[in-house]
Amino acid sequence: MKLPVNLLIGAVLVALVLGAAALSLLWTPHDFTQLNVRNKFAAPDATYWLGTDQLGRDLVSQLTAGARNSMAVALAAVLLGGSIGTALGLLAAAIGGWVEDLVMRIADIGFAFPALLFAIMLAAVFGPSLTNAVLAIAFINIPVFARVARAAANQVWTREYVAAARAAGLNRFAISKDHILPNIAAPVIVQATIEFAVAILAEAALSYLGLGAQPPSPTWGRMLSEAQTLMYQAPQLAVYPGLCIVAAVMGFGLLGDGLRDVTDPRLVRER
Amino acid sequence: MTTRSLSAIAALGMALFAAAAQAETKLVIGLQQEPTSLDPTSDATASIDGMLTQNVYESLTTVAPTGDVLPQLAESWTVSDNGLTYTFKLAQGVKYHDGTDFDSADVLFAFNRAMAEGSTNPSKGYFKPIASVEAPDAQTVVITLKKKDAFFLFNMAQGDASIVAEESVDGNATTPIGTGPFKYDSWTRGDRLTLVKNPDWRGASGVQLDKVEFRFIADPAAAAAAIMSDEIDAYPGFGAPEMLPQFEADPRFSVNVGSTEGEVILAMNNSKPPFDNIEVRRAVSTAIDREEIIEGAMYGVAVPIGSFYPPHGSAYVDLTGAYPHDAAKAKAMFEAAGVAGTTMTLRVPPFAYATRSAEIIQAELAEAGIDAKVENVEWGFWLDEVYKKKNYDMTIIAHTSPNDMGNFARGPDYFYGYNDPKMTALWDSISTEADDAKRAELLKEGQKYLSDQAVHGFLFQLPQISIIKTNVKGFWQSSPVLFQPLAGITVE
Repeated sequence: MKLPVNLLIGAVLVALVLGAAALSLLWTPHDFTQLNVRNKFAAPDATYWLGTDQLGRDLVSQLTAGARNSMAVALAAVLLGGSIGTALGLLAAAIGGWVEDLVMRIADIGFAFPALLFAIMLAAVFGPSLTNAVLAIAFINIPVFARVARAAANQVWTREYVAAARAAGLNRFAISKDHILPNIAAPVIVQATIEFAVAILAEAALSYLGLGAQPPSPTWGRMLSEAQTLMYQAPQLAVYPGLCIVAAVMGFGLLGDGLRDVTDPRLVRER
Repeated sequence: MTTRSLSAIAALGMALFAAAAQAETKLVIGLQQEPTSLDPTSDATASIDGMLTQNVYESLTTVAPTGDVLPQLAESWTVSDNGLTYTFKLAQGVKYHDGTDFDSADVLFAFNRAMAEGSTNPSKGYFKPIASVEAPDAQTVVITLKKKDAFFLFNMAQGDASIVAEESVDGNATTPIGTGPFKYDSWTRGDRLTLVKNPDWRGASGVQLDKVEFRFIADPAAAAAAIMSDEIDAYPGFGAPEMLPQFEADPRFSVNVGSTEGEVILAMNNSKPPFDNIEVRRAVSTAIDREEIIEGAMYGVAVPIGSFYPPHGSAYVDLTGAYPHDAAKAKAMFEAAGVAGTTMTLRVPPFAYATRSAEIIQAELAEAGIDAKVENVEWGFWLDEVYKKKNYDMTIIAHTSPNDMGNFARGPDYFYGYNDPKMTALWDSISTEADDAKRAELLKEGQKYLSDQAVHGFLFQLPQISIIKTNVKGFWQSSPVLFQPLAGITVE
């Protein structure tokens, strides 16, 4: 089978971003918190590959450390929101009846909140911090995963091997764990990849508003926000973090699309 | 055509012309700081004075941009030979915006309220030298001082000494009632406050503005966007000096960098460990690098200070070299004091000069082995937790009041937590010294003492960066006080 183009482009972009983030854990060209005001707005050279920002900090180091921050928030938020949402979706499909209705209606209410606005509200109530940004983004992920997991699980519940498992005397929770979950993994993973892109954007938006990770730890969103008043004299300070956000969001978005194309049996048949 | 119809047409034309001439003149002013109360006699927020003092509220006196004292509600005054008894003649026929009359009873009320036991006036010190306030008749007030006060008439011009009326004082926090050239109209919290012209003001014929709208935009990027899109006519306290070249290049605006009375300090809670230890405070002063802070946070547009007195003042001494920046030495000092490696919080109010300085100071303290945690807080939270409850380690704030070295003589209840009888006695002699030369000597002594005690980290003098449309005239370029009278502002 030929791999779709979007999967390839997505995988390359994601690999680049994840690679930069992972590398920054071990090594950055300079200490990203190191100020050197007397060397602000330096032009790119052999020492500072992309130059320095308004406080003389190395831009490459800031951007890679920002990637780490962005990935950490997105990963934690999607894992947390995804596991709770998937568990709820599995539960709804397994029990059915009023429990299913209740879970899905609550998920509908969750969808009714504009996601980012809700995240801003949480951050405003509980104070701006990295943890709260993670929680806020995780929270808006729960209904998404609940819906996807439940729809996929309902399909699997109609299969013969599930009927066989029931006949063998397994209870609903054991079936959910042993038979349903492995069989809904593909759509959930596809959704997780797409939600990863959404989470990166949400983190950028929150930290742009000052509600994400607090200084001195760098975030793309805050770099963008601080560059705003500098557009006249140093537009590159806004361009680089902007490009990073675009690359990360597009990478995960394309990767998710590509994965869906590969795993979704209906699309395979159409091809 | 008859002459009658001709004259009718002429009358119509005149009426149209008159209507056009009467088109409302509205001025929109951008502000960084939104207050939580509108009563300058009970809240220290500078923007209350910036908006309302001498505009809605009036005091006995006012000041010119040069700092000279001028008459306001007091038309004239005489001072007794011993300098202790001031006899004020009050303006006649003055009414408050709610229609009640202004007379000496209001002055008596306002002063007694400010001087009362348990008064919440933010500048109680202004009233401390007063022995008695009497009103022999409705237009006369006699104030007797316990001791001479060189700043008395100047202090009486400030918002803290606004003459508020007994009938309306309780509502002033939300609906301010004064005697000034502008009446309070509305306040949409988080957005704007509007004033309208008071047609009954004694000088109303000379006031051109019909409506003044203050917009609260703390974020410099948002403020810049609002100025650029012609939403704002004037932004007198602009917070992003890096954007000045952009505004200077734009023929719509005139840009000016003047001085304010605002000393920007890294305040340390002197009542609380570790800052009750002078060696720790000295270590902080050694750890900070003013040049770096001014370059990084203010883009070089500020004058460094080494103590608590404005560099443009006549008694200024340059003490910026008292604690030369030396991270290694600061680290050793922190180690000697046993606080190396500890975590401290730096709670900063939402003003660009403060949040930007905080980021740099955080890095400088880190170099000296101190982990400073920066908390960006809302203004209301800052007022409550830092200013009123003294619940903080360090903060950054500009003290924009004039002649405010007396802050260090306010005792342990003030948020500095600084209580030093020597400084209290020194301020006592400064404020009672009538001779200018002698007072200047004492002020110099005060600056040196505060620097020696390293009470706070003294950073820089806040510049007055104003971006004003070229057709708006009359804004003060430098502020000797917190207020900006709007009665003299014109729009061409």
